[in-house]
Amino acid sequence: MLDIRGVTRSYGTREVLSDVSFTVGDGRMTGFVGANGAGKTTTMRIILGVLSPDTGTVLIDGVPVTASDRRRFGYMPEERGLYPKMKVAEQLVYLARLHGLVPASARRNTADLLERLGLTERAGDTVESLSLGNQQRAQIAAALVHDPEFLVLDEPFSGLDPLAVEVVMSVLASYAARGAPVLFSSHQLDIVERLCDDLVIIADGEIRANGSREALREQHSSPRFEIRTQGDTGWIRSQPGITVIDFDGDFAVFEAETDAASQAVLQHAITLGAVHSFSQQRPTLATIFKEVIA
Amino acid sequence: MSNLSRPVHTAPTFARSVWLVSNREITARLRSKSFLIATGILLLISVASVVVGSLLSQNTSLTKVAVVGTAISVVEQTAAFDIVESDTVKEAEALVRDGTVDAAVVPSGSADSLLGITVIGLDSAPSDVLGTLSVSPDVEILEPASQDGFLAYLVAIGFGIIFLMSATTFGATIAQSVVEEKQTRIVEILMSTISVRALLAGKVLGNSLMAFGQIVAIGLLVSVGLAVTGQRVLLADVGPAIVWFAVFFAFGFVLLASLYAATASMVSRQEDVGSATSPVLFLVMVPYFLVIFFNDNPLVLAIMSYVPFSAPVGMPVRIFLGQAEWWEPALSLIVLVLSTMVVILIGSRIYSNALLRMGARVSLRDALHK
Repeated sequence: MLDIRGVTRSYGTREVLSDVSFTVGDGRMTGFVGANGAGKTTTMRIILGVLSPDTGTVLIDGVPVTASDRRRFGYMPEERGLYPKMKVAEQLVYLARLHGLVPASARRNTADLLERLGLTERAGDTVESLSLGNQQRAQIAAALVHDPEFLVLDEPFSGLDPLAVEVVMSVLASYAARGAPVLFSSHQLDIVERLCDDLVIIADGEIRANGSREALREQHSSPRFEIRTQGDTGWIRSQPGITVIDFDGDFAVFEAETDAASQAVLQHAITLGAVHSFSQQRPTLATIFKEVIA
Repeated sequence: MSNLSRPVHTAPTFARSVWLVSNREITARLRSKSFLIATGILLLISVASVVVGSLLSQNTSLTKVAVVGTAISVVEQTAAFDIVESDTVKEAEALVRDGTVDAAVVPSGSADSLLGITVIGLDSAPSDVLGTLSVSPDVEILEPASQDGFLAYLVAIGFGIIFLMSATTFGATIAQSVVEEKQTRIVEILMSTISVRALLAGKVLGNSLMAFGQIVAIGLLVSVGLAVTGQRVLLADVGPAIVWFAVFFAFGFVLLASLYAATASMVSRQEDVGSATSPVLFLVMVPYFLVIFFNDNPLVLAIMSYVPFSAPVGMPVRIFLGQAEWWEPALSLIVLVLSTMVVILIGSRIYSNALLRMGARVSLRDALHK
């Protein structure tokens, strides 16, 4: 488990992180969401030890991270970069060896990853000769080539075509499935919504919300329900404790004052005929995000 | 994380990281066409200078003289002539007239001739023959110059040029490679993996090894060239100076490389490398110009041979000129090594503080104080 505890950091007099604390659990895909300049990149740099915090610590399973622990991290910085004139495979082997892998496993991992990311045919090409999308894949390979036990990825999906997004999503999910804590930031909230188990929302250097995706949705969900039945739903208006928001023949959206009131609507609907759907409206991540950072 | 397959992360030591980084630097250099071409040209120039020097200095051929009768004993003593024996003075004169020989040496007709020979020339007194055959008084020189002035000038300039070329070539290379990492942002991945000091040390080591290799190659080529072209005397004189030059260069370049890396790390774009590293370039040019203008001034050379930036040129020149006591190179080397260590400390501080600052040029004050 990765534990960020009470991290504060200023650039000059400007405080960019104030008392940032959250955890990334083992095997949890944790989405890190915030507007530009909210402090995501600074937080990630501090986790990786590229920057040092003014106060606060980063812990692994309760123990402060050391320089040698950081070799077990896979990091994809927001500002992408590999050596332009170095061949893809050579570059990955080099990075793997810097992380402490012996040459044989460095080469094996490189070949495996290039295969998984569909870059095998480009292994001998220089990075600068690759298309942007392939450069991005190579960048992801660079973060994964040493079989990291923790992943910290800054905007791993930006600049990827939809196909590549799927590939990268599955690769990340497989890391989490093996038990690695995965922290990733993204502006594409729909991807975060699909992918993450936990969510951390940051604004102006402060953590505004933090927890499992479902719990956050629960917290921010309104007592609003949708129902679709066989017959007309006009009768719902006259139910006690119910305010109809939207109504269209066999479909209605209503707010219930209590859980019991909403259940009463469902029970009555069943007596009138078939009920095709009945559900509580769940806020999308975008809605939660807007609410939280407001 | 019980089911996570843990690969063997043998956390690389500082030395291992340095070695990996320096290996990459060397490989990148060896793959660069411009580097190979530049090195080729430098080596070619070194060999050419030796060959041209030998052609210029060679005594092309011995002067031909016709010799008659007993005069031969006098002429043979000098061993400085190509001798054509003639039977009569007439015959010798004919050889002079038709240009087969430059002069004729015949037994003197008059009894009071000191040497007992007469030299016959065509249209003027053959001065080289006269010079060789004339008798000089004994000469005693109180303070012999150990080297001929012109040769000393050439050797001094040679060391100056090689130092200047190698230092600027590899200095620029290391500066570019620092900015390349910064500009492409791979530096962030590197910094999250190995310590900034290991990164700097690896870059300095890799490029210094290449520069040193180049110097050794030049030294060997020049030595072999001198030996092959028969300038063994010169080789014996220059040899020790070349060896000292290589030793001084090794440390001197590490010092310069650290400065180049530190100053380059303050900018984020290749276009700015030139202006950022220009103070270092100035430091490299100074010994070159000093040695050109002051190679006959022992005081300036003595100061140069102790100032860390100019010692790699100054000390070998003094050694060649025989001006240095045996302990002087050692003392100067200690000064150089100590100042190199100080510069590395300051340089790595600037480097690690400036590395993540993108955009505008980082001021020296900021880079030093964080």
